Amino acid sequence: MKEFFAFVRKEFLHIFRDRRTLLVLIGLPAVLIVLFGFAISTEIRNVNIGYMSPDDDVHIDRLMDKICRSDYFTYSGRYLSEREADDAMRRGEADVVLMFGDDFMSRLYSSEGAEVSVVADAVNPNNASMEVMYLTGIITDYFREDIMMAASLQAMQDQSPVSAAIAPAGSLTPNLRMLYNPQLKSSYNFVPGIMGLILMLICSLMTSVSIVREKETGSMEVLLVSPVKPINIIVAKMLPYFVISCAVLINILLLTVFVLKVPVAGSFFWMILVSVIYIILSLGIGMLVSSLVRTQIIATLICGMIFLVPVMMFSGMLYPIESMPVALQWFAQTIPAKWFIEAMRKIMIEGVPVQYVAKEILVMTGMAVVIFAAAVVKFNDKLD
Amino acid sequence: MMGGEVNVIEVQHLVKRFGEFTAVDDISFEVRKGEIFGFLGANGAGKTTAMKMLTGLSFPTSGEGHVAGFDIWKESEQIKKHIGYMSQKFSLYGDLTVSDNMELFAGIYGVPRHEAAHRITELLDRLSLSRERNALVKDLPQGWKQKLAFSVSIIHSPGIVFLDEPTGGVDPAARRQFWELIYEAVDEGITAFVTTHYMDEAEYCNRISMMVDGRIDALDSPAALKTRYGASSIAEVFDILARGAKRAE
Repeated sequence: MKEFFAFVRKEFLHIFRDRRTLLVLIGLPAVLIVLFGFAISTEIRNVNIGYMSPDDDVHIDRLMDKICRSDYFTYSGRYLSEREADDAMRRGEADVVLMFGDDFMSRLYSSEGAEVSVVADAVNPNNASMEVMYLTGIITDYFREDIMMAASLQAMQDQSPVSAAIAPAGSLTPNLRMLYNPQLKSSYNFVPGIMGLILMLICSLMTSVSIVREKETGSMEVLLVSPVKPINIIVAKMLPYFVISCAVLINILLLTVFVLKVPVAGSFFWMILVSVIYIILSLGIGMLVSSLVRTQIIATLICGMIFLVPVMMFSGMLYPIESMPVALQWFAQTIPAKWFIEAMRKIMIEGVPVQYVAKEILVMTGMAVVIFAAAVVKFNDKLD
Repeated sequence: MMGGEVNVIEVQHLVKRFGEFTAVDDISFEVRKGEIFGFLGANGAGKTTAMKMLTGLSFPTSGEGHVAGFDIWKESEQIKKHIGYMSQKFSLYGDLTVSDNMELFAGIYGVPRHEAAHRITELLDRLSLSRERNALVKDLPQGWKQKLAFSVSIIHSPGIVFLDEPTGGVDPAARRQFWELIYEAVDEGITAFVTTHYMDEAEYCNRISMMVDGRIDALDSPAALKTRYGASSIAEVFDILARGAKRAE
């Protein structure tokens, strides 16, 4: 045991002597969390909206007023023709334009009804579809509430047939509710994703590089001739990164709750347990990589490029797995981060009890066992 | 020379094969306690493979052997505890201080704490490195590093120390100082098992063995070998023996 602790002490010394790396390890997660939480978001804000209408119309004014009062839209101007609106869009002045036809007002009260076109700049398709969705919502809302109210008032007064045309009795009213994330904040989605990314990076990259470094400098040879058991060398290597990962985990959780104000709906205990399983799994991956490669550069490349890209693409952090081709969906199942992120989302955001994430926990535990077994076999192979 | 009759390494008919290739081909020899044993051979002659079997890193294909009184088949863990090892690559940790490195290896070899402190002070004094105790190893000159690595390899006062090309990349003056350290260690009762490329260093050994193509073709004191082959230096003896080698590098 004594030799083991001497070795663990050395690993901590390596890390603490290298202040810069340590700072990056602790600081980078904080920066990423804040960056993704505040600066980078998939929500749309400050969309420039204009409208085109040949005539003045009080309804149009009121509708535009309602739209521009929301956080999402900023009024950019009125255009008199389609050409003018198109130019404004090309100049980048307007992102979306509402086009009202001739005689909007009078058609509104006629039996054929009125039309409004929502024209969006779809160079960024995600933004365009979000804008259109928001606008449709606001417009429907406006006509349902405002006009219906006015019409029914009027109908009561003079029994005019107008009201019937725009407000047919018993029409379907969709009632939309966004569960678990009512404000549609993207940080709810990103926090588990970033955790998956960072923990994988620290654990696999740092462990594998630090083991491979010993091979490169030749100190591994000296260690193998010493009475230290090879498995103890590896465990001693993982221990400091395990401690750092736990510190980073707590750091991220604190930032999430107190800075990003994402409430943690579920149990902290299970959230931390799931994270610890994921950390151990990532350490195993680092160990496996270190037993396969000989140089620090290759270890860095494998962990940095070959692992991080799938984590970004196939973990469901950025793109929904359900909408991928079947082959890629299957591939996504092999990404540890996918299971971690899913479990964290469920516990953190939905607040489900642990039995609902049993599958994710089991899959991650299974992966950890397989990877550790492979790494130990591979490591022992190399000795001969 | 003290206790000349006790053998610390005894090897009989040691063979190591990798598939079709026989790296070590039936070697037998013994190393006496307290001697400096030179283990010579060209690259690829099988020195490293033989060393690995003696240091408990790998098992032979066949043959018997005892190192520091322990069986190479059954007691490799005990062997590891009772030997020291210095690699041809310099292998202390540059980002740790001199005393960190020494404490680490004292810990790994299970030297009790108070004894370790005493031993570290003694070794640093011997190297006149006491003032550099808290310096980072990477800031030391190469010759000092090598001397430090040697001291670390005998920190637990092993029965035998294996030195794998210990003086690679060191200037002649530093090499001489290094050999003085080896002599001091031998005076303490440590046996030194040295591989080297430098034929002049072979002259410092009590006995040397010459490995050619996995076999030990000659084993004797440097003086006896020179007489036997009618050569004026060990380098010449080596040339005569190596001429018969079939393995290319």
